[in-house]
Amino acid sequence: MNLNKVLKGLLVAVPVLTLAACSSTDEVAATDANTGANTNQVVEQGLSAEELLRQQLEALRQDNTIYFDFDKSEIRSEFASVLEAHAAFLRARTNITVTVEGHTDARGTPEYNIALGERRGQSVTQYLANLGVAAGQMSVVSYGEEKPAVEGNDESAFSKNRRAVLVY
Amino acid sequence: MLKLIGKSLVAFALVLSAKSYASLEIVITDGVDSARPVAIVPFKFEGNTLPNQRIADIVSADLMRSGKFNPIAATRMPQQPTNSKEIDYQRWMKQGVEAVVTGTIREVGVNRYAVRFELVDVFKGASGGGSSSAIIGGQLTTGLSHILDARETTISGDQFRQYAHRISDIVYEKLTGERGAFLTKIAYVLVREKADFKYQLVVADYDGENEQVLLRAKEPLMSPAWSPDGTKLAYVTFEKRQSQIYIQDIYTGRRSILTSFKGINGAPKWSPDGRKMAMVLSKDGNAEVYVMDIATKALTKLTNHRRIDTEPSWAPDGSKIVFSSERGGNPQIYSVNVASGVTERVTFEGEMNLAASYTPDGSGIVMVNRTNGQYNIARMDVESRYLQVLTRTYLDESPSIAPNGSMIIYSTLYGSSQVLALVSMDGRFKARLPAANGRVKSPAWSPFL
Repeated sequence: MNLNKVLKGLLVAVPVLTLAACSSTDEVAATDANTGANTNQVVEQGLSAEELLRQQLEALRQDNTIYFDFDKSEIRSEFASVLEAHAAFLRARTNITVTVEGHTDARGTPEYNIALGERRGQSVTQYLANLGVAAGQMSVVSYGEEKPAVEGNDESAFSKNRRAVLVY
Repeated sequence: MLKLIGKSLVAFALVLSAKSYASLEIVITDGVDSARPVAIVPFKFEGNTLPNQRIADIVSADLMRSGKFNPIAATRMPQQPTNSKEIDYQRWMKQGVEAVVTGTIREVGVNRYAVRFELVDVFKGASGGGSSSAIIGGQLTTGLSHILDARETTISGDQFRQYAHRISDIVYEKLTGERGAFLTKIAYVLVREKADFKYQLVVADYDGENEQVLLRAKEPLMSPAWSPDGTKLAYVTFEKRQSQIYIQDIYTGRRSILTSFKGINGAPKWSPDGRKMAMVLSKDGNAEVYVMDIATKALTKLTNHRRIDTEPSWAPDGSKIVFSSERGGNPQIYSVNVASGVTERVTFEGEMNLAASYTPDGSGIVMVNRTNGQYNIARMDVESRYLQVLTRTYLDESPSIAPNGSMIIYSTLYGSSQVLALVSMDGRFKARLPAANGRVKSPAWSPFL
């Protein structure tokens, strides 16, 4: 769903680069299905612009979560390379936008956690901005403690829920 | 074989729906010992069509939930009088029962019932001397000081629960001097992991009966808040992949959007006069407390600090707003004068304090206190600043106070699930309201209705 949206956005923006400029979501979906079945072949023959984007997004989505310490919103150094990869992509694709979702664990109150989740989201966008990503490409939405990644109420669950997720 | 499976599936579905109907059972965990023993004698029924609700059971459950009374079981009653004349006071005295409620239900027409009840003070009745028949004539006169209240009302078959709560209100007020809050409602958010519409905004009677789903959503619902007249709820949705504050009429279902700013739109709280909404917005960069005039949508910014300010709640007279702020390091409670903007720190105890709200009489502030990493409900006396931790449950949040100030409902973790719980304002009475069908959070107790 999101992928289609992103692809559609790109196709509208750079129709000249595509062999067959698709204008409807259905066509995009059909293209996905075709190329998906022949990925190896396509790689050997050189990637179309849209296929390259699709693969880049897929790779970024594999590694799109930044975890935080309890009650903290500072970016831990271990996530520097992940954010650099996202920043490089966004710098190259200035027409693409990313939403950073901020989340917290279940401790504390729902309203405080909404604010904390936003602060985590903002530390990610600030980090990306420092790496040259335009402010207009980024937005933050905080879900606080409302959408845990995993159920459970021990430190192992809490640590997986204190996160920011980059969503394209 | 297939038929058998089919049958068991049907049975399963029936059980589920039955459970979701009465979704908030009560489990009293503390405080029965200190409650006053009373007796609600089963009401005598005269007629053919037995009503499906038992008034005495509902009144008993109400009084039990108030934490102030311990209604004895019908099996432990020394007798089952149907009016005050039949009461043998000595036997009730021996049982240690302070007050007895007797009553009758007469079927007086199609779906019409005359309900009569008497609330009797056992000690006064006993000291009135001799047998009860000698004291009582047919009429309620000033001489009958042991009869604290006696009424007869005609109701229809669907009004039994409501009238039983009314009787509870009368009994509670006569025996405590404080207004009862049994004819109130609770709004809460139900989260059902496996459901297609995972988040539901529910309004139920204060005891969990008569559940009504106001809204189903695929994205989180948060922060229901009652209008002071009890007809509307403000709440937060994420339907549009961002937070927005809505106002919904609970009777017509009609809803309208109040705010949809960039960033946080959260924590709505109606002013006592119903004209303004305190809220948290982060449109200017980070979470700040604002007040919006609901009619004109004009905004006043009440806080301005780069750290988090959130969870506004009005003083009963509307002059001040308490809120949580990180400006001193960890979150603590502050208060701001709405007219002057003068701000002062309110709490200094504990690692953090959050989610404050004034008690209805303004004498206390209820909040979530963190001490030694434990999040519990606490009450601070405004004048002495003495802070008392009221609960020992785990991960307590979202405290909401009954309109008579007697009880706090909050969300807590029990086992692996989020449930609602009750604690009395003095911390003595504690109960859990486990839900049969999901996680329950963000309770909001209605005003008097």
